[in-house]
Amino acid sequence: MKRNYRGLFFTPYVLWLAMFVIAPVALIIYYSFFNIHHHFTFANYQEFFSSGTYLTMTANSVLYAFLITLFAILISYPMALVISKLKHRDLWILLVILPTWINLLLKAYAFIGLLSHDGLVNDLFQFFGIPAQHMLFTDASFILVAAYIQIPFMILPIYNSLTDISDSYIRASRDLGATKWQTLTKVIIPMTMPGIKSGIQIVFIPSLSLFMLSRLIGGNKVITLGTAVEEHFLTTMNWGMGSTIGVVLIISMVIVMLLTNTKRKRRRTS
Amino acid sequence: MSKTIVELKNVYKKYDDGFTALKNISFKLQEGEFYTLLGPSGCGKTTILQSIAGFTEVTSGQVLFDGKKINDIPANKRQLNTVFQDYALFPNMNVFDNVAFGLVVHNAKKDEIKTRVHDALKMVQLEQYANREISELSGGQQQRIAIARAIVNRPKVLLLDEPLSALDAKLRKDMQYELRELQQNLGITFLFVTHDQEEALAMSDEIFVMNKGEILQNGSPVDIYDEPINHFVADFIGESNIIPGKMVADYQVAFLGHQFECADAGMRPNEPVEVVIRPEDLVITTPEQGKLQVKVDTQLFRGDYYEILAYDKAGNEWLIHSTNASTDDAIVGLTFGPNDMHIMRYNETEAKFNHRLESYED
Repeated sequence: MKRNYRGLFFTPYVLWLAMFVIAPVALIIYYSFFNIHHHFTFANYQEFFSSGTYLTMTANSVLYAFLITLFAILISYPMALVISKLKHRDLWILLVILPTWINLLLKAYAFIGLLSHDGLVNDLFQFFGIPAQHMLFTDASFILVAAYIQIPFMILPIYNSLTDISDSYIRASRDLGATKWQTLTKVIIPMTMPGIKSGIQIVFIPSLSLFMLSRLIGGNKVITLGTAVEEHFLTTMNWGMGSTIGVVLIISMVIVMLLTNTKRKRRRTS
Repeated sequence: MSKTIVELKNVYKKYDDGFTALKNISFKLQEGEFYTLLGPSGCGKTTILQSIAGFTEVTSGQVLFDGKKINDIPANKRQLNTVFQDYALFPNMNVFDNVAFGLVVHNAKKDEIKTRVHDALKMVQLEQYANREISELSGGQQQRIAIARAIVNRPKVLLLDEPLSALDAKLRKDMQYELRELQQNLGITFLFVTHDQEEALAMSDEIFVMNKGEILQNGSPVDIYDEPINHFVADFIGESNIIPGKMVADYQVAFLGHQFECADAGMRPNEPVEVVIRPEDLVITTPEQGKLQVKVDTQLFRGDYYEILAYDKAGNEWLIHSTNASTDDAIVGLTFGPNDMHIMRYNETEAKFNHRLESYED
């Protein structure tokens, strides 16, 4: 009896998984072996790995995603550290989460307003006598805005792992003679590594294929794999090539997952 | 010969919400001795430990280490180490790295780290465990590693915050011997915090009994057990029968309608007092031979003795430890000698108590 019920509860999830995860991935893999004339071919992969354009694009995507993740960590870790020490930390964490409730497109347009030639940032610059800068449609602005959007997703896992650390570890470290800096680098950061790793997983992988931001903020000067997928599906209608890039993205995601996987209970048996 | 290594002078600790955790604490710890802070939870014993270790600031008063005031010196600059109640072994490091931590942060040389970690692990008899992960160790082994990590810096004082409370009864007993032995081998001062009077009595050179932020009595385990200063100490240390009485004259005490010869003096005539008789000092005899007659209520077999609960006619409860069983509901007699009784005055300070004891004891 119980078994039947469990199966019943499981059904919606299995259906959802099959329709929206397994089927699309299978379709992407399937399409990636067809050319624009619906003939079976390996040419898409051949083209991807022999064409300089695609390989540069891949390298660019990885580089941008890497930079976005790096800046997100550099800003998030100290912030999570400070918040975890505050009195009303739940409130502060709420403030961190708040921007994620706002639509991505709205945030992108807000940044266009801020960074544009007549925007608020340039007004401020001119107030201090600095000439107006050309900020929109640059690599730097793209990375800045992308990092801004990803920061809440980086802070949360780090913050959670920080609050999990018992005070007595920090006391023990200080008691044994470690300075505050040594305590941070030798005890706190290594102990929050699982949080940092899940932050990387959440931020790095979506950053590989940000296409809307690269268009709106990067002004199409930043071409990532995401942009290429969009182009192939919507403009050139070369679904095969688009799918191939999709497969490459999926594989690189799996690689990142494997690299950042926390090895638990190592050397258990030795 | 012995030298004061840690001293607290009129230390107070008050929290923002008005709670006073420590009230005028003053004591001296000598080099190479085993001290215990003993008291119920919330009595302030851990607060004292933390103020010496540097984890909490005292509101007023002085904390001295080796004659120097250390109130404002951060924990990492104090030459003493702590064994934590939850051990606080770093889970991201193996046994070797945990023990080596105190040396690594002081930039010690690799060879020196190796030998000193090895020595520290040998001290706790776990030298073959250097490459284990912390999660692979049993509770008792983690306890020893925590001690090894704390002694690797060769502190002059080791602070131990209820380190045995997480261990099972058998292991706890074994560790009592080992801690005492370790303290004597190292020749350093141990300040041990516990709520377990058995641990305190077994290991310490000197015990500080605390309650509600105050030190009530300090002295050797035997002194404190045999001559508790007041009701709280008598009740907290060991089991006891405490009966209200009246001090008729020096060496004469009256309670339950009888007058007895006792070994205490120095009080006002007819002063109301409390009389303490330890359960193991009571001997069961026939009702005719007994100084008091009680009715046996219940008996519990404790392995090495019977714990007998009895009531006298006035309704006072009597706890008796006896190697032989008695009969339920039997009327039996109890005898005890003058030295088996200890008389306590109400509200006597420790200074006055010690002074009075000295006045008639040689």
